[in-house]
Amino acid sequence: MPEPAPFVEARDLARYFDVSRPVLQRLFSGEGRRILRAVDGVSFTIPKGTTLSLVGESGCGKSTVARLIVGLYPPTAGRVLFDGQDLRQARAAASQRRRMQMIFQDPYASLNPRWRVEDIVAEPIRAFGLEKDAAGVRDRVGALLTQVGLAPQDGAKFPHEFSGGQRQRISIARALSSSPEFLVCDEPTSALDVSVQAQILNLMMDLQRRLGLTYLFISHNLAVVRQVSDTIGVMYLGRLVEVSPAETLFQAPQHPYTRALMEAIPDMAMAGHARAPVGGEVPSPIDPPTGCAFHPRCPLANTRCKVERPELLVAGGAMVACHAVQEGRATSMPEAA
Amino acid sequence: MSPILEVRDLRVEFPTRRGTLVALDGVSFSIAPGEVLGVVGESGAGKSMTGAAIIGLLEPPGRIAGGQILLQGKRIDNLRYDQMRRIRGREIGAIFQDPLTTLNPLYTVGDQLIETMLTHLPISPAVAKRRAVEWLEMVGIPAAAQRVQSYPHEFSGGMRQRVVIALALCAEPKLIVADEPTTALDVSIQAQVIALLKRLAREKGTAMMLVTHDMGVIAETADRVAVMYAGRIAEIGPVREVVKNPQHPYTAGLMASIPPLDRRVERLAQIDGAMPRLSAIPQGCAYNPRCPRVFSRCAVERPELLDAGTTLAACWLHAKAMTDA
Repeated sequence: MPEPAPFVEARDLARYFDVSRPVLQRLFSGEGRRILRAVDGVSFTIPKGTTLSLVGESGCGKSTVARLIVGLYPPTAGRVLFDGQDLRQARAAASQRRRMQMIFQDPYASLNPRWRVEDIVAEPIRAFGLEKDAAGVRDRVGALLTQVGLAPQDGAKFPHEFSGGQRQRISIARALSSSPEFLVCDEPTSALDVSVQAQILNLMMDLQRRLGLTYLFISHNLAVVRQVSDTIGVMYLGRLVEVSPAETLFQAPQHPYTRALMEAIPDMAMAGHARAPVGGEVPSPIDPPTGCAFHPRCPLANTRCKVERPELLVAGGAMVACHAVQEGRATSMPEAA
Repeated sequence: MSPILEVRDLRVEFPTRRGTLVALDGVSFSIAPGEVLGVVGESGAGKSMTGAAIIGLLEPPGRIAGGQILLQGKRIDNLRYDQMRRIRGREIGAIFQDPLTTLNPLYTVGDQLIETMLTHLPISPAVAKRRAVEWLEMVGIPAAAQRVQSYPHEFSGGMRQRVVIALALCAEPKLIVADEPTTALDVSIQAQVIALLKRLAREKGTAMMLVTHDMGVIAETADRVAVMYAGRIAEIGPVREVVKNPQHPYTAGLMASIPPLDRRVERLAQIDGAMPRLSAIPQGCAYNPRCPRVFSRCAVERPELLDAGTTLAACWLHAKAMTDA
């Protein structure tokens, strides 16, 4: 099968944050600058009409990647290519900018409480001048609300009159109002209850099929990610440790961190079953461990892992950044029973 | 074995300017020594409210308007504030979602443990000091002898929640009320904390009420589970039965809407609509407007918990089965 042309591409993307104390305090205490490497050397491609998900625990940098991809943060290093163009150029023209939109986690914080829903949804249409007159805007807003399972009359209401799930539908309607081709969804269902989460995930998958959307999906929930993704990237401390087609990742996870993550999830099918939890915690990204960042928690770590950082290399249908996998030591990993 | 906790027909009301809201109604259950009862439901179902009523920390103007709460056979729902204060900590330990707000930032974790033990247990300060270190060791904090002198901000989230667990358990209470104890933690830490909580409850014979929205956590930890909807218990029974063979249509819908980890489905099962607000709870069964198996009786009459074979379910489908038989 020929490799489809990437629609969105991240090349060696990095974003550092300066978290040093104020200059004067630093001078007195004789302390240097402190740099937090939120994202460090992340590369991936998303073919048109597919979903790439990034998973990982809090602080792994997945939300920072989302913001870099839509241009909310400028990258410290590396670049983002959108439909073959550098993101900076792509974002210079409004006609290009409207092609990408973002959906945020908290539908309580991302909608202006003083605006009526019709104005919230119409804002991108007006900003990009996509309709000529008020009647055109109104019709388009009505159609968008219908598309996400609300009624056109709901436009006259305020956000507080809606439940969390309905608010997230409004966020989706707003995101779709400029007819984007690419949506970045940062934990779109983690603030929602599980039965409502199913509604929103189904809606997002229907919309993708109908409109041919491309998604970058950020989540900490592996079960959700399994349902929506074509490709999955697992992040740990600002780096991708494994990138794999969704089914391959779940059937044969390779990186010890991916395995540990899967083992850690409480599973409905295992009622009354005890698991062996992963030891330790995610280290601070300000002062990450040398070599492979996962080595202090890894059951397979050896001296090489402590010194040399593994690159993301091809391994059995996936890309894995692990010395143990490359050396063939990972097969001997005690299988979690 | 007589239960540690017994809740009988509990009703909690919130008087407001626009009339009284009934937040909990007819909630009854019991927990045996060493047993873990999971309480699940979506936000607004009343699960945290049930926990707050038991530990006597309902947010005003909320109040217990009916029913009884019995701890080892003695009523605790009608105690004065100072009497209840003595029971909290000594007889009932509480663990909340956010470990940072539970701990006092101005005292070392050791001081907080020692103070709790000296308040509730007849032991000397020297013994309390030794036990504080033992507790930190027991909850898996490395270098406990040194960390006992650390302040809460010096611990990571997972370690802090371990300290909170030690604090809740150190006065050896009979009952633990844990409200979303792992929700603020990452999955890999969640598993550690849950395993710890469960082991300690088993060892000490402590009864535990575990409130969470995470069915996976319940499935692994609880012995029995109560599913709440709109302020009432929709179904209660052994965890395996409720998870694998739910008898209430709401439980069935809830279980089906959880994305499975072991396979990809074409479409997730969803429950349309949302949980009603307290001010607009439908007549009859509160679930009837969303229920796929609704029939005439559901919109008129409210079902009590009925025998549904393996579990108890508040659903008229099970009354029908009985009359047919």
